[in-house]
Amino acid sequence: MQFNQETYTFTDPGRFGKIMLIVGIIGLLLSAVGIAVDAHQFFASYLVNFTFWATLGIGGLFFVLVHHMTGAVWSVSVRRIGEAAMATLPMVGLLAIPMLLGVNQIFSWTDSAMMHADPILEAKLGYLNVPFFIIRTVVYIGVWILLSILLRRLSLAQDSSWGENAPSRFLRVSGPGTIAFAFTVSFAGFDWIMSLQPLWYSTIFGLWFFSGAAVTIYAFFAITSHALAKKGVLAKEITQEHRHDIAKLLFTFMVFWAYMALSQYLLIWYANMPEETAFFKDRWVGTWTFWSVFYPVAGFVLPFVLMMSRHIKRNRWFLTFWAVYLLLFHWFDLYWNIVPTFHPDNAIFSWMDLTLFVGMGGLMLWRFWAVFTRHPVLPVTDPNLQDSLDFVNQ
Amino acid sequence: MSEQVKVHGALAEFDGPQALMDAAGKMRKAGFSKWDTHSPFPIHGMDDAMGEKRSPLGWFVSAAAFTGFALALYFQYWTSAVDYPLIIAGKTYFSYMAFFPITFALTVLFSVLTTVGGMVVLIKHAFYHPVFYSNNFAKASDDGFFVSVMADDPKFDASATSDFLTSIGGTNVELLQEVEG
Repeated sequence: MQFNQETYTFTDPGRFGKIMLIVGIIGLLLSAVGIAVDAHQFFASYLVNFTFWATLGIGGLFFVLVHHMTGAVWSVSVRRIGEAAMATLPMVGLLAIPMLLGVNQIFSWTDSAMMHADPILEAKLGYLNVPFFIIRTVVYIGVWILLSILLRRLSLAQDSSWGENAPSRFLRVSGPGTIAFAFTVSFAGFDWIMSLQPLWYSTIFGLWFFSGAAVTIYAFFAITSHALAKKGVLAKEITQEHRHDIAKLLFTFMVFWAYMALSQYLLIWYANMPEETAFFKDRWVGTWTFWSVFYPVAGFVLPFVLMMSRHIKRNRWFLTFWAVYLLLFHWFDLYWNIVPTFHPDNAIFSWMDLTLFVGMGGLMLWRFWAVFTRHPVLPVTDPNLQDSLDFVNQ
Repeated sequence: MSEQVKVHGALAEFDGPQALMDAAGKMRKAGFSKWDTHSPFPIHGMDDAMGEKRSPLGWFVSAAAFTGFALALYFQYWTSAVDYPLIIAGKTYFSYMAFFPITFALTVLFSVLTTVGGMVVLIKHAFYHPVFYSNNFAKASDDGFFVSVMADDPKFDASATSDFLTSIGGTNVELLQEVEG
């Protein structure tokens, strides 16, 4: 790997991308064996890992949209990392194909006999049917890819010209884009995860799904900025002050996630209506009981108390630790929401959870690295770049 | 009866934020301990230039927050599960989920009161400050940048400190004097 500190470009992207590609292909090939061994388990693991890696691309898009919408200054120096993260969305589209092919294995609402047997479920058939589900998924991912391409193209055009006019051009995409983003992400959460239990519904579920994506992207920033700095890339441009801001936002969205999860729980607990409490009752059997107690403690109590201090947030090793921790917890969060419909008696972890995680992650990181190293890693003509480099927390 | 003049400290004006930053560095190097900078707006990096330590207030507030949290939870437990057990909506006596809103509110209340009270204690009830003896100081809320040194600083000497303030670029150097009749 060779990096030019003057132009902020990679002269040689190094082996990382190739290694990730090979790891990804091996991981997916191993997982493919799983279809033959246990297709039921394969699709459970697939949905968990697909939604996990999708939130990386979604989170990247969220960051770039909000960056332009708010006219943020501090985040100019990490913007290209966010843009490369959202450029993984076409890969998300590719990885969605097996989910769409296995839709009959994953979602119980594809069983028409079951749907017609219950008047409530029968009424939902207009929304929960395979063709419409596929159309919606294509629309969601299509909108995200479109937004990411437009924003990325503007960002690269900025490098060669019109540095000063940048904000208004970005706003023209990011303004309507934010609205489209809010709807598509909410409904992706409803479709991909909530519809696993077709009788159950929670209006806050889309926000819960989004909060996981936000946690993912800030955790990703913390980890990549640390790893890149060790290789001498953006070591002086992403300072302790930027990492402090990343840490604050990571902490914020961890709390936001807890707020969403608690709001969902509290209202259902209070009202105590059978069609709503079913969700939590399903997670209070067998070994799921243990993981349901683990869930709020590991997801909120521990990180809230231990990550609050300014000293922790400003220390790059501690921050990297909490970023990895929260990423792993985000994976578990999806697991806890998805897998009980596949294994209703006890929590079962499978080797396919791991191989699919590595397989999809390899492809996603390969794509990330390919996009990230292709162009300057800083928007060198951005009018706010100097202010971002000089940024200091008060 | 002759007038007694009490000198509380010295005040010097500087040209702008950067001049004030440089002056702060020189004041720190010269070894002053009871001095301060005054500007119409917060200047990023000034705390570091002055060598200020971070305020311990955050630790007091977090201690108060945990106290508020524990007290609120305990009090609700005691009222609804010990002193007067009452079944509400078929839930268990100690329904901590329902207690969260009040627990949260009391955590915030304890934190806020401690922040205000702790601030008052940490600034040693200083509701008045000798810099207000200066007529020139009114500019500090408009376009004036000032360094003040207090007379109880061990390095303070009325004439030597004034000369020093002039030597590091200060203008309108004056002594902060209280006239006692």
